[in-house]
Amino acid sequence: MLAWTIYISFLGALVLVLIPKANAGAARVVALLTAIAGFAIAVAGACRYTPGALITVVRVAWIPSLGIEYHLAADGISLTLLLLTGVVAIAGVLFSWNVERRSAEFFELYLVLIGAVYGVFLSFDLFLLFVFYELAIIPKYFLIAIWGSTRREYAAMKLALYSFAGSAMVLIGVIAAFVEAGGRTMNLVELARYPFPAHFQMWAFPLVFVGFAILAGLWPFHTWAPTGHVAAPTAASMLLAGVVMKLGAYGCLRVAMMLFPRGLDPWGLHVLGFGSWRDLFAVLALTGIVYGASVALVQRDFKFVIGYSSVSHMGFVLLGLMTLSQIGVSGAVLQMFSHGVIAGLLFAVAGRMVYDRTHTRDLRELGPMRLAKVIPFAAVTFVIAAMASVGLPGFSGFVAEFEILVGAWRAFPTLAILAGVGILIGIAFAWRAMDKVFFGDAPVAAARLDCPRISLAERLGAAILIGATLAVGVYPRLLLDLIIPALNSPLFDGLRKGAWR
Amino acid sequence: MNGFPWITLLTLVPLSGALLILLVAGKNRNAARALAAATGAAALAVTILLWHGFDAATGALQFQERYAWIPALGVDYHVAIDGLGLLALLLSAIVALMSIAASWDTREHGRLYFALVLFLEAGLFGTFTALNFIHWFFFWELSLIPAFFLIRLWGGSQRARAANQFFVYTMVGSVALLLAFLALYLATGKFDFIDLAQMARSGQLIPELARNLSWHHRTGEQTAWWLFWLAFLGFAVKIPIIPFHTWLPSTYAEAPSSTTMLLTGAMSKMGLYGLLRILLPIFPAQMQRALTLLLWLAVASVVLSALAAWAQTDMKRMFAYSSINHLGYCVLGIFAAARWTGGSLATEKAAALDGVYLQIFNHAVMAAAIFWFVALLEKRSGGLRGLNDFGGLRKIAPVFCGLMGIAVFSALGLPGLNGFPGEFLIFKGAFPLATWAAVLSGIGLLVTAIFLLQLLERVFFGPVNERWRTMPDLSLGERLAVFPAIALMLVLGFYPQIIVGTVNSTVVQLVTQLKPLPPGF
Repeated sequence: MLAWTIYISFLGALVLVLIPKANAGAARVVALLTAIAGFAIAVAGACRYTPGALITVVRVAWIPSLGIEYHLAADGISLTLLLLTGVVAIAGVLFSWNVERRSAEFFELYLVLIGAVYGVFLSFDLFLLFVFYELAIIPKYFLIAIWGSTRREYAAMKLALYSFAGSAMVLIGVIAAFVEAGGRTMNLVELARYPFPAHFQMWAFPLVFVGFAILAGLWPFHTWAPTGHVAAPTAASMLLAGVVMKLGAYGCLRVAMMLFPRGLDPWGLHVLGFGSWRDLFAVLALTGIVYGASVALVQRDFKFVIGYSSVSHMGFVLLGLMTLSQIGVSGAVLQMFSHGVIAGLLFAVAGRMVYDRTHTRDLRELGPMRLAKVIPFAAVTFVIAAMASVGLPGFSGFVAEFEILVGAWRAFPTLAILAGVGILIGIAFAWRAMDKVFFGDAPVAAARLDCPRISLAERLGAAILIGATLAVGVYPRLLLDLIIPALNSPLFDGLRKGAWR
Repeated sequence: MNGFPWITLLTLVPLSGALLILLVAGKNRNAARALAAATGAAALAVTILLWHGFDAATGALQFQERYAWIPALGVDYHVAIDGLGLLALLLSAIVALMSIAASWDTREHGRLYFALVLFLEAGLFGTFTALNFIHWFFFWELSLIPAFFLIRLWGGSQRARAANQFFVYTMVGSVALLLAFLALYLATGKFDFIDLAQMARSGQLIPELARNLSWHHRTGEQTAWWLFWLAFLGFAVKIPIIPFHTWLPSTYAEAPSSTTMLLTGAMSKMGLYGLLRILLPIFPAQMQRALTLLLWLAVASVVLSALAAWAQTDMKRMFAYSSINHLGYCVLGIFAAARWTGGSLATEKAAALDGVYLQIFNHAVMAAAIFWFVALLEKRSGGLRGLNDFGGLRKIAPVFCGLMGIAVFSALGLPGLNGFPGEFLIFKGAFPLATWAAVLSGIGLLVTAIFLLQLLERVFFGPVNERWRTMPDLSLGERLAVFPAIALMLVLGFYPQIIVGTVNSTVVQLVTQLKPLPPGF
């Protein structure tokens, strides 16, 4: 049944192609219904799921001569990310309610992107996963290039080039693994069981990991992210930061770490103080955390603040993966969900609620508008989003970052302390943005900005995202009961045999 | 009363009241304040029910609820109260209700204001009942956020600066606490205060720290020493203890007076609660080791803040410093009781701690009442509150001056009013335990008397300031509203046994548990 998340998204896109172009209202209703249906299927799947199991959804031969199958399956990690995709997709449609220009095409591309993302999270055939992964790049490009703002062609091209470069690295690794394992199968379950030689894993792991991590915003390959997020229309920013970056992180865990766990072993020698790929990537992740937060602290453009904050928060995901412990990796997966929801909310405020009304994102211009008085709902939403973003207890970010820090403390104590510093800078930039945008001190005589009120669609979208982060924050077992058994399943045997604690 | 989740219910009352106000009240300020008052009264009623069902004969935890919450992190939903918790709950409920009443006629305090006050109350209830760090920390922060916005949105002209300063200071304290407990968790796998205290008592904590946190080859004692100071910082900022107090005067002065009531009446008690519930039981040996320094800090808090209050001309700033002074006595009592005496002087320790508990409660009522009177005065004077702006008010508004005089004399520690018994017991206990500190702190009592009398002289007595000739006295509604607070001060002054009887078993148990010290001392 879970496969219908993919099909229904593509079907929705197809329906949009068929309906008359002038009818913007019908287009968004179709998009909304499709997104809701996808989410409902994901929820139903999660409810009926037995923790720890791997449910095979479809498995049919596709290109038998190469051992390629159309193989969809899901475990707890896939389900977590399906739920995330569903939530963000619904909210994204609600925050795109005001798209008037070529709206049918907008939602077509949007739904294709959603379908492709569902596809990546459900694929258990390496080739199929790669196909969906590539498929997601194309709508991303057009969404930014056509409906974007600041320097949209540049940002769209940069995003596409980075994505393709990453894909190329992944593809080399995938083909090498296929050949090395005898050229009979692309099945992830079987490949995970195949004992690749250590020297092979030692170079295949970094290749594939970096290939995917580019999309997860690994420093120093993160530069596509802020420009892409800023240029993209609101819904696309939400998907880009909320879901597409998770594709990268998911690939790191599901492909690089699951297939080539011995690539994380020590090299046996020290180069510049690094003893393994694990050390190197952990330090890069940490650099991303601190660098992203620091850069966010000095941005003048509201959306750039949030764009860089994504780099910082995704650094936590990668750091969590590198802790190689149940607590750290489960924290990383939880952080994927958490950041997806929170980044969506932040971009919704910056892009839809504020920019669409004020037509500026400059913090110095926004301050005197006294937005807290003009659009109080946006102010309240941003305050909640900022609290969630800095990881206050009660929001999903707290549990996730806490788990990652605990895991990091055991693996790399010094890095854990520096990550703590990153959190402090994170508090500072969220708070600075909040203060400058919504509570700026205005000259008394400033004219009150005249702008439309916050619409019902925006209220609903915000409520959904806030509800999601609160639900997971107050009761993290909702997702942890899916994630932890999945990490203990036979799929990750190879990983757990190594340095796992 | 056992079996029913009373404490969860108590926390949910203000939380649901706040949500109800946000959803239902709309632009209708009257509905918002009525809902807020009803919620505050309901919360107070539940705490009184708890008090009624509370078994004062034992110092054990009561009304306990414990469920697994985040098993992956060893986090339980664990709430319970002993005498200390009950006391803190009672005072929070009383102060919150007083604060709501003080905002009753303040037009700019709308629906959001009342909702934030109730969120703050929920944060207080949670902090005073949670026994698992993560759960406790959630509420600790939950109370900080509404407080920040109450100051930021409704404060005086310097509110942005004051709110930011408040936020940064308390956030630094919170992060320090978080780090300390993260380290304790990494070493022991536990977040539960009771479990951690048990480990400290049995001497397991230091070896666990040494085994699991051998960061840069520190010994267990050294690690514990650092963790103690981190946790201390978190609480010291909140109370505050000098020199971590610099956020306080501008925050208390800039916050609307009804918010200051909550800040000084209830939120400062979070820090004291932390010292008593967390720091003292988990780090008794470290506290003993740092005792001389800690006592100096307590003396500084008592004396310097009294001197600073003397120098103020703004009433709110004066009472802000005076709050540090009054809480300084509590800190003095706690530190004196932390002294290791090898089992002797137990009665003195119990006296000091009884005094601390009494002072915690009394200060809440008294400080909230005083800031309420300041709020009433501000409302009449259009925001003026300088010592030199008034004069001869006694003739113009005798009822106001009489009632506020009672509150001020209570702050001064006049026997017969509720300020006296707490301070008396603290000094009675502290003299034999930490003689020099108690003697030096005596200066604080003297200076407090001076500046408070000076306040009365300049504001209430002297020639009538013609500008306020037509100032109205307290209306009937206002009289009725402040009456319970004044009555409470009189009753507790004559019969402190109400409080002492409730907390004494808890105090005795705490003193008994402090007796053994881990090896090394």
